[in-house]
Amino acid sequence: MAKVLMKGNEAIGEAAIRAGCKNYFAYPITPQSEVAEYLSKRLPEEGGVFLQGESEVAVGYMIFGAAGAGERVMTTSSSPGISLMSEALSYITAAQCPAVFVNIMRGGPGLGGILPSQGDYFQATKGGGHGDYHLLVLAPDGVQEAVEMTMQAFTLAEKYRNPVMILGDGLIGQMMEPVEFPDDLKTEPTNKDDWATNGMAHRKSDKRNLVKSLFLDPSALNNNNLVLKAKYEQMKKEEVQYELYNADTDYQVLITSYGTMSRVCRTSIDMLKSEGIETAMLRPKTLFPFPEKQVFDAAGKQSCKAVISIEMSMGQMVEDVERCVKGRRPVEFYGECGGEIPSPEKIIEIIKALL
Amino acid sequence: MGKSFSQPAALSATHTHYCPGCTHGIVHRLVAEAIDDLGIREKTVGIAPVGCAVLAYNYFNCDFQEAAHGRAPAMATGIKRVRPDLMVFTYQGDGDLASIGMGEIIHAANRGEKFTTIFINNAIYGMTGGQMAPTTMPGQRATTAPLGRDTGETGMPIRMANLLGELVTPAYVTRQAVLKPQQVNKAKKAIRQAFQYQLENRCFSFVEVVSTCPTNWGMTPVDALKWAEDTLLPYYELGDYKVPE
Repeated sequence: MAKVLMKGNEAIGEAAIRAGCKNYFAYPITPQSEVAEYLSKRLPEEGGVFLQGESEVAVGYMIFGAAGAGERVMTTSSSPGISLMSEALSYITAAQCPAVFVNIMRGGPGLGGILPSQGDYFQATKGGGHGDYHLLVLAPDGVQEAVEMTMQAFTLAEKYRNPVMILGDGLIGQMMEPVEFPDDLKTEPTNKDDWATNGMAHRKSDKRNLVKSLFLDPSALNNNNLVLKAKYEQMKKEEVQYELYNADTDYQVLITSYGTMSRVCRTSIDMLKSEGIETAMLRPKTLFPFPEKQVFDAAGKQSCKAVISIEMSMGQMVEDVERCVKGRRPVEFYGECGGEIPSPEKIIEIIKALL
Repeated sequence: MGKSFSQPAALSATHTHYCPGCTHGIVHRLVAEAIDDLGIREKTVGIAPVGCAVLAYNYFNCDFQEAAHGRAPAMATGIKRVRPDLMVFTYQGDGDLASIGMGEIIHAANRGEKFTTIFINNAIYGMTGGQMAPTTMPGQRATTAPLGRDTGETGMPIRMANLLGELVTPAYVTRQAVLKPQQVNKAKKAIRQAFQYQLENRCFSFVEVVSTCPTNWGMTPVDALKWAEDTLLPYYELGDYKVPE
């Protein structure tokens, strides 16, 4: 298929349709409203459902209802909106329903700003809502990956019956890049009759299905949490995605960075290389499950003197990096999160100070 | 002679946890009978609220989802929009629907979502133990209004059927009661009518049911019925507040 030039937000909307998602509920918020605008036009053309909810709180439960009925469904929002949806995310995860949530991050806390940020790493990976749960979190570094990950997100959500979050930022949502769409996702989940409230008439047995998260019996609640935990352990084994950049060299510094920030780091690595300084980057593509072993191994390379996590935050992913490096190298951090993205020159200056 | 009275197929055999004298059991039965009458059990999805009816999914014999507090109308919207062939109803109390879930019910009604809401108004929070609800009467005692509801501080009780009846979007909005046998019969007709409108894909349908909570009112079941008749019904007037044309 030929490449087309598309804005990130619109490409995410198109990717959902090509993944067979015909249902979308959302509430407007900058910098991702173009997804809703795009889908308000495209979904009716596809015979799908577009609905602008009255709030992100309500949208979270529209998603829950639709997902519980066994239909492929997505919403998109940005940081403050995701905070409001986090209640529903906790419930959806507990009730084991598949759904795709896209967070095109803006600066926070509070109303913050509307420029790109990576300030929601904790919220996305550690559970923004209450209780013991995780989302499977995919972090694209551009429009192409945003499309691929959006499509992949539905398969993963259905495999685990767990919400999947695409964690992008305002730059990925707003910029235009050439993008090539993968083949349409043709598969359908086959186990819906086992759990979805898709109507008893559709099922072979007279068994009724319940979608719920209340377990008043302590052992039943503990068991449900063990079921969830087993899924997270399986994700850690089967779903870790990452990219190593310039890692076949005797690098002196290992950078960890993801999303938009990793693109700047790549430029810095190339510029340093031309000066004869080797550095490498490990870019997690899944933030949960985190590439734990890969970070440990990459940090342990004999030539590597230090690890630095570079983020558009005040220091969030760095906590996972420290956890995984396990003290075998010093772990440093650099970040900005007012909405301006650190320049390659700034990154070079920071890295040189480590040498 | 055939059997004249039996358990509705849409009701499970599970014993309910409701207190003696509580009217939830009556309303559950009326909903189940309406589902049976219309032959829709196998395509019905109920939404349980947070409140005394949180375990409603144990008492009905059809698919069920359980919402967070107040969010049932949003959840019902999600199901009904993606599966318009299913019959969807929410079953909510006054804390759930008229307090924390006010936004969700108003907007679902105003969009004309094609599902049915059964709204139990017993003028108090039941499950959490008798706190003041938006529907609590002036002067009525609650654990968070020990001297009685002070309307100067908390405003007057919200009349949901009146409020939703004011929306311009076509809907079926009615207030019924289950304090006397005649009222139960009328409530049954109204609930059936509400599901019928949904079946015809006509409009949003809302049945408020004035109910009792002897436990949290601190009354015997009989006194509770009398108090509801004397105190609630003059303020919460029964009847249709909106009927689709």
